[in-house]
Amino acid sequence: MDKILVGLKRAVDYNVRVQVKSDGSGVETNGVKMSINPFDEIALEEALQIRERGEASEVIVVSIGPSDAQQQLRTGLAMGADRAILVQADEVPDTLSIARVFKELVDRETADLVILGKQAIDDDNSQTGQMLAAIWERPQATFASEVVLDGDKATVTREVDSGLEILEIELPAVITVDLRLNEPRYVKLPDIMKAKKKPLETVAIGDLGIDPGPRLEETAFEPPADRQKGIMVDDVASLVAAIRDKGLV
Amino acid sequence: MAKILVIAEHDGKTLNPSTAKCVACAAQVEAAEIDVVVLGSDTGTVASQAAELKSVARVVTVDNERSDPALAAVLAPQIVAMVDGYSHVFGPSTAFGKDLMPRVAALMGVNQISDVMSVEGSHRFKRPIYAGNAVVTVNAPTDHPVVATVRTASYQAVDIGNSAPVESISVDADLPSHTRFVELQTGASDRPDLQTAARVVSGGRALASKDNFELIYKLADTIGAGVGSSRAAVDAGYVPPETQVGQTGQIIAPDLYIAIGISGAIQHVTGIKDAGTIVAINKDEEAPIFEIADLGLVGDLFAIVPELTEALG
Repeated sequence: MDKILVGLKRAVDYNVRVQVKSDGSGVETNGVKMSINPFDEIALEEALQIRERGEASEVIVVSIGPSDAQQQLRTGLAMGADRAILVQADEVPDTLSIARVFKELVDRETADLVILGKQAIDDDNSQTGQMLAAIWERPQATFASEVVLDGDKATVTREVDSGLEILEIELPAVITVDLRLNEPRYVKLPDIMKAKKKPLETVAIGDLGIDPGPRLEETAFEPPADRQKGIMVDDVASLVAAIRDKGLV
Repeated sequence: MAKILVIAEHDGKTLNPSTAKCVACAAQVEAAEIDVVVLGSDTGTVASQAAELKSVARVVTVDNERSDPALAAVLAPQIVAMVDGYSHVFGPSTAFGKDLMPRVAALMGVNQISDVMSVEGSHRFKRPIYAGNAVVTVNAPTDHPVVATVRTASYQAVDIGNSAPVESISVDADLPSHTRFVELQTGASDRPDLQTAARVVSGGRALASKDNFELIYKLADTIGAGVGSSRAAVDAGYVPPETQVGQTGQIIAPDLYIAIGISGAIQHVTGIKDAGTIVAINKDEEAPIFEIADLGLVGDLFAIVPELTEALG
């Protein structure tokens, strides 16, 4: 296979506990650490391993949104991607538009495989890969925990609610990755230096001719309803009594 | 008036309880007429189960050998071929629905609302983001169909006691052959399913080995509970992935949840927020799990759990 496209979303870091702004207009992202969405790192690691096994020749990382996302693309290049494309937009577009952007890039690059995270940990949507596969009219293998390539086919193990589902898909295709697919590599300092010389192309989203989907409007943000802190018991007997008291066993 | 199509989840024999929860969510939309569609190769049994759900106006069946086992790439075009006239299309936010519904939405040319937790109006919904650290209100455009997944943990299944008419239809759709089902590997457990279990016992990293998880299984079997886990326990290989509860695993709402040796990271807690009673057992009294637990006990799980199992047996 020739090219693999990997999506890298700039998202609030996994370890940050986000706070809703007091006026309910959004969540506080000012001064908050931003990183590559962790699922996307796993997607990139998988693509790199495929290329390192000689089963693909080029790995291209893509991010869509404001220019700050260049940082995440540079990290992706430092991990080992060959080149990067930033599709620049003033704000992150709706998911259907993101899928349409990927479709444009897939056509432009004639990519054989697109690997994405199964969800972003900010909006928790879990939609982009499925939408891209739909408009591309190609297979989707979501929530992957194992990917085995064989020529123009892939056998993908998916984590589903009842266990593991195994699918065989024809390429080109879209795979979205789950947590246990692999362990993303750490970036080393020389790789960061090397990454600075790798090509990072910027494309304005307006130049791709994307017709934005009917937008969902986010009107208000609020903190979740908190559970009340309960009581501490001293021993098993008290715990059992309390559980029985509530009629739970 | 809203006309809502609910996509049934099933295994060919049994309607998944997620469907009754989707119907419950759909019934929150004012003046909604709710149809359930069952896609499969031999839909009769599942359709009659769906027809018993209260609030359902009609069950529609679409029989096609290619729909069994269910593949998103094969189901989506069939759904899109029959959605004319519906104002809303709902599916569950289970692995089945998460895989299928965005494919349906994209083919219909609309965005999708994921994980609806509350209906605020016919085109206005609340959903959790950032692992449940925030809740956002989303307005969908009123001049397009709404496609959404329903956060099943936020809804009680509608009652049984209906006999909705069942109507078989055929649809005209091109079904791709590029995706083939190979097999489903299930853990072959007799324990209750996490999504529907009234009681769930979960273990975390502190169990320290696969063998020690026997303690969790024994307690679970004593009280007829399902078995869950934290991500750390799955990553360590103590339990299979389908047991993982949390942001990236299953979101559940049992009446009783017992968290053993689980510290309570926000990513885990978001999966159990709707549980009735949360019991936490942990040796660290500072563990965040105690902030949300209704009943907490600090101590060594290896001493406490056998004693608890004995006392509840």
